[in-house]
Amino acid sequence: MRSDKNTSAPLGLKVAAGAGLLFLHLPILLIFLYAFTTEEKSYQFPPPGYTLKWFAAAWNRPDVWDALGLSVRVASISTAVALVLGTLCAAAVSRTRFFGREAVSLLVILPIALPGIITGIALRSAFSFVDIPFSFWTIVLGHATFCVVVVYNNAVARFRRISGSLVEASMDLGADGFQTFRYVILPNIGTALLAGGMLAFALSFDEVIVTTFTAGQQSTLPIWMLEELVRPRQRPVTNVVAMVVVLVTFLPILAAYYLTRDGDQVAGSGK
Amino acid sequence: MTAVLFQQVSRHFGAVRAVDSVDLAIAEGEFFAMLGPSGSGKTTCLRLMAGFEQPTGGHIEIFGETAEGVPPYRRNVNTVFQDYALFPHLSILENVAYGLMVKGVGKAERLKAAEEALAMVKLPGYGTRRPGQLSGGQRQRVALARALVNRPRVLLLDEPLGALDLKLREQMQEELKSLQKSLGITFVFVTHDQGEALSMADRIAVFSEGRIQQLGTPEEVYKRPKTRFVADFVGSSNVLPPDFVESLGFGRHHASLRPEAITLGDGPGRKQFSGRVTASSFLGAASRVTVEANGARIAAMVPASTAVPAEGATVTLSFLPEDLHTMDGAQ
Repeated sequence: MRSDKNTSAPLGLKVAAGAGLLFLHLPILLIFLYAFTTEEKSYQFPPPGYTLKWFAAAWNRPDVWDALGLSVRVASISTAVALVLGTLCAAAVSRTRFFGREAVSLLVILPIALPGIITGIALRSAFSFVDIPFSFWTIVLGHATFCVVVVYNNAVARFRRISGSLVEASMDLGADGFQTFRYVILPNIGTALLAGGMLAFALSFDEVIVTTFTAGQQSTLPIWMLEELVRPRQRPVTNVVAMVVVLVTFLPILAAYYLTRDGDQVAGSGK
Repeated sequence: MTAVLFQQVSRHFGAVRAVDSVDLAIAEGEFFAMLGPSGSGKTTCLRLMAGFEQPTGGHIEIFGETAEGVPPYRRNVNTVFQDYALFPHLSILENVAYGLMVKGVGKAERLKAAEEALAMVKLPGYGTRRPGQLSGGQRQRVALARALVNRPRVLLLDEPLGALDLKLREQMQEELKSLQKSLGITFVFVTHDQGEALSMADRIAVFSEGRIQQLGTPEEVYKRPKTRFVADFVGSSNVLPPDFVESLGFGRHHASLRPEAITLGDGPGRKQFSGRVTASSFLGAASRVTVEANGARIAAMVPASTAVPAEGATVTLSFLPEDLHTMDGAQ
């Protein structure tokens, strides 16, 4: 979409758009601001003074590191599971015709359409029904349900763009199934998988609802933050962690955006 | 030696008989065309040779080796696809070298072979470009080079010229023909364009509804169509009804008669009949005159040197008896 260069939006619209953007992003800036405040107990505005001591405090708190470590591990494994299952599912749905194909593609997408709380309750009752104790793996399982969808959605769109005769051409030229995947399919869906994987990682990393239902005693980073806000102790430490998380997750998301925007020949093009 | 042998080969998709009891033997070094309308089974036959489809019945041999159950990547057969199917993420050179790459040929060697193949299809120096930067005709040449670099024993071409404009198509027809002669590779070529099949092929198999209607040289297929379908599809033959054929002193059969075999007026040793001119159209070198005779509509080609009779005029037409071919099993 591109508007005419010489038509300018009316002033009211400009103001409304500016206000909307401020409403979206001002709270994030406030989080950054309070990471530097000297006031520990409440969010006083303007902050009475500025300090960097909370960065040191956050660095030295083992519970921060535990939560961060758990979140990274959960997100990595959920994403890995999602990459494998999502790609396979997308390949099956877009490359072959079988009875119930439409139903399968709907069922795959369902977990992300359902409210997280439904997924959470369903998984929790399923786990207790078959007596699975809550653990690291139950969290991974919970997260994988929606990570698969993200990867699937990205991959299926790309698969549809690959002409079916490319696979046949590869086979015809002597490549077996593995070589065809390695040299033809993967380079063509690589950027879609990268973007889907990054999105899946980010979704898993900040997931709260499903996690509360499927975690035992552990807390992932978002759960830890929620608990910190309820029971304040060195409140600005939460803000420090939030700020770091924003900076660390922003870059991959930006990268994913640029990769899918115009790159259909980025990954593996050198082969 | 027989390059491709089909014995009673069938490929059914549920109730659809895409290929139904087909027998054919393609000789080594032959330029073989499979001609037919869409859905006639010619492309399925090609895919059976390539290994993308497996027969539901019958037996296939490629150079004496059983082909059933052999996957495409273990057949010494390469395909030029209708949509070319060039790999969009690879350069032209990498596309052409792909077959050698997956076979484990060293990089320097395979790139050299790919360059040579590109030179052979008159695209030297195009190696660094991407498929998206080439025209349709150039892509088609790349697809040809990508297949030929593997030195297949049989090259399969699926409507390779279908997407090209007329001039380019005629040029490629000549090039394909001379390429096939110089390489000596067996070409099997699918087309729905009878002109293309007649001008290029050594032999033609005319397909309809999953079966071969007629198999023969272009001249045989054109001059002596065995069935009414072949007569209709190959060229624009007149199909004469049994009554009419009988009245001319032949047996009671359907028969085909080429428009160019009919002349205005009578002559020694010719069969003649009369009819009323209903239409005529000027085609350049000749005029096509449609005549109604004994309830049948018959087209005749009149050379430009002869005056075209007026519409509604009654004329006498004649032909040599050997130009009329009775057809069996005609419906």
